[in-house]
Amino acid sequence: MRNRSHKWRRRVNLVVQILSSTAALAGVAALGWILIEVAVRGAAALNFAFFTQLPTPPGMPGGGLASAIVGTLLMTVLASLSGIMIGVFTGVYLSEFGRSTLFASSVRMGTNVLMGTPSIIIGVFIYALLVAPMGHFSGYAGAAALAIIIVPVVARTTEDMLGLVPNELREAALAIGAPRWKMTMGIVFRSAKAGLLTGVLLAIARISGETAPLLFTALNSPYWPKSLTEPTANLTVTVFNYAMSPYADWQRMAWGASFIITGSVLLLTVAARGFLLMKRER
Amino acid sequence: MAPANESFPAALARSGDPVFKWFTISCAGTMLMLLVGIFVILVWRSNLSIRKFGFSFLLSQEWNPVIGEFGALSSVYGTVVSTVIAMLLAVPLSLIIALFLVELAPQSISRIIGGAIELLAAIPSIIYGMWGLFVFAPLMADHVQPFLGDIAGWLPLFQGPPMGIGMLTAGLILALMILPFISAICRDVFRMVPAVVKESAYGVGATTWEVTRKVTLRYGARGIIGGAFLGLGRALGETMAVTFVIGNDHTISPSLFAPANSIASTLANEFTEAFDPLYLSALIELGLVLFVLTLIVQLIAQIWLNRMRKAAGGGL
Repeated sequence: MRNRSHKWRRRVNLVVQILSSTAALAGVAALGWILIEVAVRGAAALNFAFFTQLPTPPGMPGGGLASAIVGTLLMTVLASLSGIMIGVFTGVYLSEFGRSTLFASSVRMGTNVLMGTPSIIIGVFIYALLVAPMGHFSGYAGAAALAIIIVPVVARTTEDMLGLVPNELREAALAIGAPRWKMTMGIVFRSAKAGLLTGVLLAIARISGETAPLLFTALNSPYWPKSLTEPTANLTVTVFNYAMSPYADWQRMAWGASFIITGSVLLLTVAARGFLLMKRER
Repeated sequence: MAPANESFPAALARSGDPVFKWFTISCAGTMLMLLVGIFVILVWRSNLSIRKFGFSFLLSQEWNPVIGEFGALSSVYGTVVSTVIAMLLAVPLSLIIALFLVELAPQSISRIIGGAIELLAAIPSIIYGMWGLFVFAPLMADHVQPFLGDIAGWLPLFQGPPMGIGMLTAGLILALMILPFISAICRDVFRMVPAVVKESAYGVGATTWEVTRKVTLRYGARGIIGGAFLGLGRALGETMAVTFVIGNDHTISPSLFAPANSIASTLANEFTEAFDPLYLSALIELGLVLFVLTLIVQLIAQIWLNRMRKAAGGGL
């Protein structure tokens, strides 16, 4: 260590401490700023009609985004059901069977890469795979894109959480003659329950706010979703279209929708963290 | 626990095992099939544009759907420049935030602030877009850009009318988006440094900053680089936040105030308008370029982090 005066070193230290505290506070302030803007402008747009009525044509007052809320829920549920299953069992393979084989390592790497793949690419992929051949946008295509986004997130957390289950539990179950699948589903899953739930909630939070993949798959629609084989209304694409529009009324609706999206995503995220915390403290 | 298989013979229950194993293997295989599938489908669907423009697609600035001329240069330029702005801001800031969380703040405060910053990462990118367009861009137009023009207007970077939207605004919002992501990784890396090593440095009288600079940063350098690469991959492909504020203009301008575009914003804006097969094919080829870019960045990050994990022997 070079010889610098004690005073100088203390001073540099103080400057760095102040800088880093300021930066951390600025980060929190940014979060507060965004949340407050969304809450204030969003709450002003919410009323009973917002949740019960269809959107009106531009220029006409009133109306709501009920169809978009229903469409978003439908696609999210469908995507979650399929994506979570594939994700969980991928995680099971990595943690219970594959461990450190070459195939498992490449799946692990593939999972990480897929997790980092921009969601808009997933949208283009599903467009080319489903929408273009079928000739029209559809809710199923939207759900498929969302499912692909969910899978790697769930697979990663599942592997991590199953890895925390002590091996003695597995050995004990196998020792009394339980078949492997029963041991996994009954014993390992049960003891990793909180962690698995965390992963699932985080994954659902992740897709609830996704817009880019829906732009080319589900698109949007001003009508009630009658069937998922047609373009399906959803909140995020509505926000995109309405916010970019010149109509003040539509921009107000976009803030309302942003409020709902942000609220549900944060709620899911906080709940997920809560589960994890409960598990750690036990 | 109840006996594992009361109701049917053990042999039958056991025969479920291979089925179960192969089921999980096929789920795991889907993951690799998806990656390969994305690549193959994107190449196949952009065939028309690849054959027509060849390599000049990447070098041409022309983007004119009317005459059917397409080049990716302005989109690639916008993606790279907005990402560079974001990284230049986000990496140092993330480092000092992580430093605060691990070395300076008391446990309870660190937990609250750390949690709050992680929540920033959970906010969907379209919300950043909305906020950027309606709250942040006006602020840029009214205060930040005129100020920058005054003090650094002699640089071509800060010339032009202050419109609020444009390359600089997009870069700033992008920085805000990847900040929580990189700082979370830096924090984990800092936590990985064995307490004994730090304690011995404190023991010989080093200040917190000296311990951070000479011990923690050096010890965690590889992890931080890996984390920065993950953030880079994310910034390259970020779509909605950028689309709202970048201005969507297919020209390359030296000014950061000027409207620009990125690969992702071009896709988001033009995809549903592209009825001409060549137009669509060119857009899908843009997607292919973005996919390959992020794929390279991701692979470097993963391989790098894997090596580090092996060297550190677990942890992280």
